Amino acid sequence: MSAPDSAIRQTLANANLQLAIYSNTGRLKNHRSKAVAPDRFPEYQDLRTRAAAIKRHTLAFLDVYLLQLEHAVNDNGGKVIWASTGEEAADFIIQLAKDREANLIVKSKSMTTEEIHLNDRLAQHELETVETDLGEYILQLAGQRPFHILAPAIHMTRHDVAKVFNEKLGIEHDTVIENQAMTARRVLREKFLNAGIGITGANFLLADSGGVVIVENEGNARLTLSAPKIHVTVAGLEKLIPRARDLPVFLDLLGRSATGQPLTSYTSIVSGPRRNGELDGPEEFYVILLDAGRTKLLADPEMRESLQCIRCGACLNACPVYRKIGGHNYPWVYSGPIGKVITPQFQGVEKDPWLPFASSLCGACAEVCPVKIDIPSLLLKLRKEIVQANPEDRRYFRIWAWLMQRPGMYALAAKIGRALMGFNIGPLAAWRSERDLPAAPPKSFRDLWKQRKK
Amino acid sequence: MDSREAILERVRNALGRKLGQKPLPPPEPLLRVRYETADAKLTLFRAQLNGTLTVVPDAAAAGNAVEKLLDGQSAVASDHPFLQACGIPNIPGVTANPEDLRNTCATAGVGITSAYCLLAETGTIVLRACPQEPRLLSLLPPVHIAVVPLDRLLTNLDEMLSMTPRPVDSDSSAMVLITGPSRTGDIEQILVRGVHGPGAVHVVIVLGKTPPL
Repeated sequence: MSAPDSAIRQTLANANLQLAIYSNTGRLKNHRSKAVAPDRFPEYQDLRTRAAAIKRHTLAFLDVYLLQLEHAVNDNGGKVIWASTGEEAADFIIQLAKDREANLIVKSKSMTTEEIHLNDRLAQHELETVETDLGEYILQLAGQRPFHILAPAIHMTRHDVAKVFNEKLGIEHDTVIENQAMTARRVLREKFLNAGIGITGANFLLADSGGVVIVENEGNARLTLSAPKIHVTVAGLEKLIPRARDLPVFLDLLGRSATGQPLTSYTSIVSGPRRNGELDGPEEFYVILLDAGRTKLLADPEMRESLQCIRCGACLNACPVYRKIGGHNYPWVYSGPIGKVITPQFQGVEKDPWLPFASSLCGACAEVCPVKIDIPSLLLKLRKEIVQANPEDRRYFRIWAWLMQRPGMYALAAKIGRALMGFNIGPLAAWRSERDLPAAPPKSFRDLWKQRKK
Repeated sequence: MDSREAILERVRNALGRKLGQKPLPPPEPLLRVRYETADAKLTLFRAQLNGTLTVVPDAAAAGNAVEKLLDGQSAVASDHPFLQACGIPNIPGVTANPEDLRNTCATAGVGITSAYCLLAETGTIVLRACPQEPRLLSLLPPVHIAVVPLDRLLTNLDEMLSMTPRPVDSDSSAMVLITGPSRTGDIEQILVRGVHGPGAVHVVIVLGKTPPL
């Protein structure tokens, strides 16, 4: 499959959308750079190094930490469910919902559940799953996928939201943002109090204490994991860190990198059902540990680095490509620079071979990454894999090599090339549609060389 | 083979590790515990708190301060002994330790709790679920008031974790760090408070001799 050119062209031609993407990512980008400036946050670079080291270590001994986590969750009265695929994860929840007769499920924002299309799978079994993060809720009503891993509805205006609420909720057309947020509060509060199951993702899993850490600003995750009788966390294997005491390093980086906040409004650390005497909180607690391709990444010592990602979204806001084409032109749920690195690995490099090439390798993503993932190097590695597997590219290089060894033929080919430079034909046409070639000088280097020798 | 064994085997194969092989020790945790005087912490907390701070000399004054903050609104309070010591349950309009917790919290104007501790550097209220302090009190009502003795004011999260290395354990299923009101910027990045949780947070810090917790 080639790049979705026409969709990208549409995004580029949509002035409102361009403005929304550019200004919103710009604002997040500025908040971040102020928050990590050396005068405000002198520990920043040291913490990045430490965070990367902790993640590297955890991944290198992941088998041990997974078992530690399972042990701790059991001790707390919860249960770990191991899921090799998204289907297995969904099947567990479907069975649980049937057993407990829970038809209404509330969910807080989770990219991992987006990745496995959990809502669709649950809907096929007549289970109503309601997204409760304001942005996710709007997207669910509008039938769209997240545009940005952190700020999912970054591309929509108050007018878009008014239209969606009017059409889907039957309320009056209202473009006042405060009123829109309060509408969501009212509608979703009802859902929280009646839901049988709450599903959350996890920002971190603490191996030592079995804690699931969830970072948010709205309070919808707190409600999701406190109000229903059952709390299910769906988390990728890579979310582990060894100890609760490693948390400050990551929390100090995550909030600042994501929105510029030293600490988000709410950080929940939960594990297990309510303890003896506790008056609320869930009665059952499950942590679904999801593989779904992660062990494949783990097996490649270089690409493993991409599992360090803490999903802060800073690389999206820094990326000159993302800031033009937005999130929906990427082929999978993960967009931006980190999406370019992990999508080919999860989906197979052959599925969207253009993806790792859609980058100028400027390095802005690596510079802002709080866990020091060297995204440009990983993109280069993916490119190499793709080129080596692609017979067409190899043919071009073989022709080139053949010409280079035959000066007469090379001179002839160069002449033909010069003559063709004025025309838009063949593979040049696509390239030239977006770029200007400088006009060829009147005489070639070879001609000039010959003249001088005379 | 079930998924558990299959995943663990894939992980071990990916890492080239054998069943039961010992790991290297993890990097030493970095806990940046900075001890400050109570005055310095108070100043820092006041500057960082995204909400109002009232400092009162003793437990009796705490009750008055809360009554003033309530301004006639209905409130639900936890069964925390410190709140009792401050006379919070006796304030008119306050329901303490209600029978029907969920519905009372869903309809009350204000939720009143104490706290596990406060963190000065970030202006954070730390709550730890326990029989006296359920989760919904600080979550369902549109306003949250925390009444806390001064000796529970710590410098930062690192200090708390040095004292409580396991935030969740056999005694408590949940800890939450509350740093300001519930907020969203999901529509055009315009800040709206109180989208799901409380839109306003008030802290009352009680000086003087307070009962041990």
